[in-house]
Amino acid sequence: MFGAGGGTSSYREAEEADLVILWGSSAREAHPIFFHHVLKGVHRGAKLYAVDPRRTSSAQWADVWLGLEVGSDIALANAIGREIIHAGLVNQEFVRRATANFDAYAAAVEPCTLEWAEAQTSVPAEAIRELAHDYGRADRAQLCWTLGITEHHNATDNVLALINLALLTGHVGRWGSGLVPLRGQNNVQGGGDMGALPNKLPGFQDVVTNLEARDRFEKAWGVGIPPRAGWHLSLMFEAMERGELTTAYILGENPIRSEADSDRTSRLLEGLEHLVVQDIFLTDTARIAEVVLPASASWCEAEGTVTSSERRVQRVRRALQPPGQARDDIEIICELARRLGSDWGHPSSEQVWDELRSLSPMHKGMSYPRLEALGGIQWPCRDEQDPGSPFLHGRLWEEDPERRGPAAPFFAVAAEGPLDLLDSEFPIRLTTGRRLDSFNTGVQSSQYATPIRRRESLNLSPEDMSDLELTDGDRVIVSSRRGSVEAPVLTDSSLHRGLAFMTLHFPDEVRTNRLTLDAWDPKSGTAEFKATAIRVTKLRAAVREAAVQGAPDPVA
Amino acid sequence: MDLRLGVAGPASDVEKAAVDRVLGMPSGGWDGGRRTPEDGHLSRGGRAARSRRHLLLPVLQAVQDRTGWISPAALDYVCTRLTVPPAEAYGVAAFYALLSTEPAPATVVHVCDDLACRLGDGEKLCAELERRLGPPGESGGREARWVRSPCLGRCEQGSAALLQRSGEPAARVSIAPATVAGVEAALHGGAVRVDTTPPVRSDPAGHRLLRRVGVVDPDSLDSYRAHGGYQLLRRALELGPGGVIGQVKTSRLLGRGGAAFPTGAKWEAVAANPVRPHYFVCNADESEPGTFKDRVLLEADPFGVLEALTVAGYATGSERGYLYLRGEYPEAAGRVRQAISQARQRGLLGEGIMGTDFNFEIELRVGAGAYIAGEETALFNSIEGSRPEPRNKPPFPTQAGLFGKPTGVNNVETLANVLEILRIGGDAFAQLGTPDSTGTRLFCVSGRVERPGLYELEFGVTLRGLLDLAGGVRGGRPLAAVLLGGAAGSFVGPPALDIPLTFEGVRSIGASLGSGVVLVLDDTVDGRDLVRRIARFFRDESCGQCVPCRVGTVRQEELLARLASGNPNGSVAAELDLLGQLGQVMRDASICGLGQTAATAIQSAAALGLLGDPEAGRVRP
Amino acid sequence: MSLSFVAPPRRLLTITIDGRTVKVPEGATLLEACRQQGLDTPTLCYLENLAPVNVCRVCVVEVEGARVLVPSCSRKAEEGMVVHTDSERVRASRRSVLELLASSVDLSLAGPEVKRWMNRYRAEPERFGPAAPAAEDDRRDRARPGEHHAPEGQVAATVAQPVKLDNETYIRDYSRCILCYKCVEACGSEAQNTFAIAVAGRGFEARISTEFAVGLPDSACVYCGNCIGVCPTGALMFKSEYDLRQKGRWDEARQTVTTTICPYCGVGCNLELHVQDNEIVKVTSPLDHDITRGHLCVKGRFGYQFVQSRNGGDEGR
Repeated sequence: MFGAGGGTSSYREAEEADLVILWGSSAREAHPIFFHHVLKGVHRGAKLYAVDPRRTSSAQWADVWLGLEVGSDIALANAIGREIIHAGLVNQEFVRRATANFDAYAAAVEPCTLEWAEAQTSVPAEAIRELAHDYGRADRAQLCWTLGITEHHNATDNVLALINLALLTGHVGRWGSGLVPLRGQNNVQGGGDMGALPNKLPGFQDVVTNLEARDRFEKAWGVGIPPRAGWHLSLMFEAMERGELTTAYILGENPIRSEADSDRTSRLLEGLEHLVVQDIFLTDTARIAEVVLPASASWCEAEGTVTSSERRVQRVRRALQPPGQARDDIEIICELARRLGSDWGHPSSEQVWDELRSLSPMHKGMSYPRLEALGGIQWPCRDEQDPGSPFLHGRLWEEDPERRGPAAPFFAVAAEGPLDLLDSEFPIRLTTGRRLDSFNTGVQSSQYATPIRRRESLNLSPEDMSDLELTDGDRVIVSSRRGSVEAPVLTDSSLHRGLAFMTLHFPDEVRTNRLTLDAWDPKSGTAEFKATAIRVTKLRAAVREAAVQGAPDPVA
Repeated sequence: MDLRLGVAGPASDVEKAAVDRVLGMPSGGWDGGRRTPEDGHLSRGGRAARSRRHLLLPVLQAVQDRTGWISPAALDYVCTRLTVPPAEAYGVAAFYALLSTEPAPATVVHVCDDLACRLGDGEKLCAELERRLGPPGESGGREARWVRSPCLGRCEQGSAALLQRSGEPAARVSIAPATVAGVEAALHGGAVRVDTTPPVRSDPAGHRLLRRVGVVDPDSLDSYRAHGGYQLLRRALELGPGGVIGQVKTSRLLGRGGAAFPTGAKWEAVAANPVRPHYFVCNADESEPGTFKDRVLLEADPFGVLEALTVAGYATGSERGYLYLRGEYPEAAGRVRQAISQARQRGLLGEGIMGTDFNFEIELRVGAGAYIAGEETALFNSIEGSRPEPRNKPPFPTQAGLFGKPTGVNNVETLANVLEILRIGGDAFAQLGTPDSTGTRLFCVSGRVERPGLYELEFGVTLRGLLDLAGGVRGGRPLAAVLLGGAAGSFVGPPALDIPLTFEGVRSIGASLGSGVVLVLDDTVDGRDLVRRIARFFRDESCGQCVPCRVGTVRQEELLARLASGNPNGSVAAELDLLGQLGQVMRDASICGLGQTAATAIQSAAALGLLGDPEAGRVRP
Repeated sequence: MSLSFVAPPRRLLTITIDGRTVKVPEGATLLEACRQQGLDTPTLCYLENLAPVNVCRVCVVEVEGARVLVPSCSRKAEEGMVVHTDSERVRASRRSVLELLASSVDLSLAGPEVKRWMNRYRAEPERFGPAAPAAEDDRRDRARPGEHHAPEGQVAATVAQPVKLDNETYIRDYSRCILCYKCVEACGSEAQNTFAIAVAGRGFEARISTEFAVGLPDSACVYCGNCIGVCPTGALMFKSEYDLRQKGRWDEARQTVTTTICPYCGVGCNLELHVQDNEIVKVTSPLDHDITRGHLCVKGRFGYQFVQSRNGGDEGR
């Protein structure tokens, strides 16, 4: 956001905010400890809004839940923006001094009336107005989102639509007001920090435009760095499709299970000339690899750092000896380098980190002893006196234009629904999400059990259950334009008519990603996991249909 | 709130109707009703939903009254409607003796075996019931059950019972005096009777608080007004809040609830607190064994209590008053309920009272069988829908009371004095009684005395004087002891007879007036039995929150059982020493007045030698 | 950007503790003042990351002018207060409170400090007689408020009852429960806000309970284990610890505790891994870290098994 990719606030700000909006985020289940901070704020008197197609457990805490249609986020955000403008709730001073392109934005959202938005989102206009006014009036407001915003083909536009609201109202760059993207996995933020992005060097230094940084890295490493952006994941799969990418080295990912349209993913990975997988498990992806490098669990069998959703770099430490021949990631990578002809020695994690600090200004002040002493440090942290940055973009509030720096631009974005259209053949919208005790494809979470663990099911609204003459536990065929799976059904009153829900947690039972669409956002490379058009058929009827029409076989 | 409800399935239509009668019909699917199309895209909840928690106890009572118990399915429905977690709602329901969390007979008769009835016919009645029907709580068939009960506040009768019958309509009726035939009739659905003649025995010439008792028609606002009713509220409105507080301060009125705190200072603290809103609570949870004075005022002069509460609300800047009445006083509840309704109809409650800009509402809240709910902070928790566990003080109610806001609390008798202060003026009131105990006092005289009943006397009368007015010890037997102040009070012996019954007088002998209980013991009373009943009372009524009281009351009862059975651990002296230590930790370290006084009467009994001699079963004069 | 939210400095109050004049910041509790003076003040229901409930009463001190002793954990210091922490009254109350608890609850797994306090105050819980036999089945869960069988007094009533084993993550041994309310607070508004448990019943029959005492699988419990994290007596215990104790293999002397970061979502919770024989045996979180304040979710608390399941090499996918 405005350069470096990270949330602008600290968790603690949620405790001290007057208004918290959770948009496409069921933090109660997906980020439970962040939700503790939200609840402290709620008990202190903060108003809570939840914007989510499902009335999630988070939404059940909300003063108002806006149950929008899947993929109608931009329509809702633009209408909120228009209402803020029309109600005279724009923070004029902030907009004038710290932003650009306001007029273009205002013109773009002008058609987005509350009534129009109600038609687009199914949320009553009055509730949209209420949210707009509360956000416009709040002294401190936190706008938080998760994958409900980013797992769409237009993910970046979704995020921009929300950022526009913060710019309109000045809800950024102050203690208590900010934009909070909650990271789905423990070191997604750290991966970005370290340059695991196609166009960035470590510390969010652009590989194409930041000549000074590139020069610094080239000098330090004694090699030339190609001055162009690499491929992100979705582009890599396209390159595999074209035969341009023939070798892959995958660390700690299980794309066969985790990627959308998994039949295609399997086909492409199996078609590679050479696949190396480094993982702590023999995953489905590892099973088809030519070489498997058993790794240590980075969080408890190795030393290092991770970065949280509040940009806090924290130490992970070795508590256990790794099993068998598993080795530390650093050791494996250095050994690989040695065999490829570059001797990097045997650096400790601290030495690797200190090299990063010498090259990434935002991490410079974060020595291991300081990370230890302060319980982690939030970037940027520019020297060893810098306490770190609880929130970002305070510069936007500076009086002095010099110190204020470049304006933050509005980006007008147009509402665009999901690509996988509903029609009479695929009339139900399937969305996906997490459950409290499970995680992603279940590689980690399937190894422990609690009484709240439930098997996979297709959750349907009471209305659809009744229309389809289904009762809980009935097995159905769920078909999308890409594939079919079989699953039991479960009534879920958090869903409205026409909305269905599944998780990705139990690929052994139900390979939900056979259904999802791999259409991806050109800017972020994220696939549209959240919006699939499906048809639900009671199992016996489905079998007959398969025989007649040659539809894909259900997975047992 | 993300409630997870149990696996009980939906509540029955009957259960839902009972809840909806209190709360109104649900607004939609998220409120426990039928799903609407809009429910799929919008819900409102959050703070607004959670703020309905204070309706929990009324709703639980409604379910109890309708079905005889609170089933898991009914609890789920209650929780959905009020956004209360089921475990918390269960914790509340399982606190109160008049609520059942297991299937129970439709009819339950609670038979008093507490102090005064023990000295009357109550224990004999229980023994006979036990012989005919089996042990309490376990028998009586599927339709009806009898149980032993703590004091029901009809002490002057010497026996009392309370009929609790669920159904449509439900019934809660007092039975006093209670007989075997009366209880059996109640158990079998027959008619019951209660003598509601006010048991006032003092000379009406001296009556100030009781001046209208037995004189006005308690069901008629017009009758009340014909006897000068609501003239004093008008006077208060003329004086202004500061003027009223000034009069109350001048009067030197001390609270009659037990703590003897200056009422004027309390009101002033509430009035001066900048935090809004303010609340005023009338504590009518009169449950101290041997006490029945507030019941008489509420049954016989309900408008007087409302008028006084309204004056208090006016003086303290409160717009809302609560009258918290113990659940064992159904007749008083009926009177107060209709009195509120009449006062509201005539504009004496509501907005713009008497043409001023003063707004005041009174809400009646009925308890469900918990002595501790009479402790003021426990009472707040009860109203708020939490377990009636006392809060640590400070903060005091005037700082953070009901719903965390500045709150004034007075018991019924204290408030009744306020009308008298307005009537004669604070200065004149201060001339009544003694300099440190101004005004009059209501004494609840019961036990072995010729004329038990309620006596209003000017402060200054001695115990001997009061006993003489009451006709002396019944049958002319020798006086053994008097329990002053109730179970939380003290036994005093004959040497105390000439002590004036003033705050300072009884303090000088280490006793207290408490709630005005004067329970008379003659030489035939088994003091150790009485003391064990007191120990049982506190063990049953402890909320269980703090260790000294929760475990101390158990150890105290066990120890008294050992003394009573003549099997002390070591010597009697060692036991008495241990008893003293238990008393000390309960008094010094308990959170609230219950624990702090749970040993007082027992210690005083020990000091009088009522426990000391393991050979003697009788109280010696 | 400068940090503009540093709390303003607090006024200092002067109070007297055991004859010493000390200065404490306004808003400090007497317990904080005592600890500042290095006075070992016993506490059972107090924990740094929870609001004080002041129910155990073992931390009471004597404040001159107060009618009764005051709980130091919640009572705030006031200018000029004169406090005694070791007067005869204080010692007597602390002794009796410890005796009452120890005579009714199994304190054998409470921390070593409890034994230290018992010795210091010469607590003799056996003075109340031998312990009564444990309650059968779920009798305590079904107690009706305001009713009990009159005791004969020869044995001392206790809360002993069977262990509740109803899931694979943690056990509830309410024979060890001192009713400190910490688990209720942690499950409730102090942290988790799930409210799966509350206090039910009253008096000596007051107990931590789900609705209608249903088992945890039928309750609202989400297995965050935050109740275990705050339990001072071992009444709530990881099943892993319970099993090792049953086998006689639990040995804290051989355990290491390593702080690291949870491997699940991106919040970055600090985990303390308790490791014995290269196996994680339980997981806690530091009370003083700003992110968790000691509280975790089910994944962080119990989701660690996957790293220990790899020895066969093939369990994961």
